[in-house]
Amino acid sequence: MFGQANVLAAGQAAFPPSVDDFYLPAIAPWGVENAPWFTKFTLMIWIAVGVLIIFFLATYRNPKLVPTKKQWFAESIYGFVRNNISVDMIGHQGVRFAPYFTTLFCFVLLTNAFAIIPLFQISPNSHIAFPAILAVISYVLFNYIGIRHHGFGKYFKHALIPPAPWYILPLLIPIEAFSTFIIRPFSLAVRLFANMFAGHMLLLVFTLGGFAMLNANAWLAPISVVSWVMTVALTLLEALVIVLQAYVFTVLSASYIQGALAEEH
Amino acid sequence: MLFLLAAEGGESEHNPIIPIWQEIVVGTVAFAVLCFVLMKFVFPRMEQTFQARVDAIEGGIKRAEAAQAEANQLLEQYRAQLAEARTDAAKIRDDARADAEGIRQDILAKAREESDRVIQAGKDALAAERATIVRELRAEVGTIAVDLASKIVGESLADEARRKGTVDRFLSGLESTGAR
Repeated sequence: MFGQANVLAAGQAAFPPSVDDFYLPAIAPWGVENAPWFTKFTLMIWIAVGVLIIFFLATYRNPKLVPTKKQWFAESIYGFVRNNISVDMIGHQGVRFAPYFTTLFCFVLLTNAFAIIPLFQISPNSHIAFPAILAVISYVLFNYIGIRHHGFGKYFKHALIPPAPWYILPLLIPIEAFSTFIIRPFSLAVRLFANMFAGHMLLLVFTLGGFAMLNANAWLAPISVVSWVMTVALTLLEALVIVLQAYVFTVLSASYIQGALAEEH
Repeated sequence: MLFLLAAEGGESEHNPIIPIWQEIVVGTVAFAVLCFVLMKFVFPRMEQTFQARVDAIEGGIKRAEAAQAEANQLLEQYRAQLAEARTDAAKIRDDARADAEGIRQDILAKAREESDRVIQAGKDALAAERATIVRELRAEVGTIAVDLASKIVGESLADEARRKGTVDRFLSGLESTGAR
């Protein structure tokens, strides 16, 4: 975790940053490359899971009708996802999906947030494995819900055949199939992954760029400062992206389920 | 940008678009644990709390409505009782007034009767006295007149006068003259 800081202090950081900067050596066994079982990334995932479980269990250990401040905070997170995402997108049936969406939202939000939390400073979601898991769950979920709601044949007929003249259907059906059953999970996973990846890359570029210029020529020091100011500005932008992507991931999952449950197009 | 980076990092052994299978395992297990705990122990309880809160509020409203209804009913009842009491009071007053009037009339009637009776008794007494006096006077006047005439004439005219009813005729003449 502190390897990068040491590298920066020693002025040895490679510039420009590369994809390799996202693949850190393992924590246990310490410093071994390509040993992904216990790395900073998996550690952050466990920390996120632990923090969320402890937070919710602690705040909701003894719920009161008139909530305490902490209980109110936990309830407003759930209430936000329940009312503003589940119920808004799906309708009154959305309430039963609210627990999953809230879990999803909190998990994505916190793992995203690691991108700008000091000492973590990278989001686990910049490894596509984690967004991919969540996207696969959403994919399986909306197809399962659709098939259970409509029955197998009717669901696929419903999903694949839009209300259009027959002669255009040969064109539309492949497009619908491609977009619904192939593009959706990929776009979900890649959108989140790419945002986190690019965000971290941008911060790396401006931070390391400052060091690179400073090392190259002392006269470039003012420009290094500009570069680091940019890092601060981009960190604020990253904060926005973090929340937005967590929201977008949850809303899109809800919208797919809504589509699977819808009676008509 | 992704592909550009991937192309630039071509010499790299890592491809960021290929997931690491160990991370998929770790992520799946970790997320499953998270889902299990939160979806089983936390969010259903939140729904229960929300429901309890709704019930509490609606129950409160219902209780308030019941209390309001009861209060209204009591108010109606009291109003009815008050109106009844007023009617009763008015009736009692009217009765009392009527009674008083009746009693007054009775008393007046009795007083009038009494006074009439007293007056009548007085009149009767007067009439009786007068008749007595008249009768006595008649007898006495007759006797005196006869005696006086006897003395004047010198003989007893008493039998004669009695026989011919002279005195009575004279007295009747006197009376009718007096009455006139």
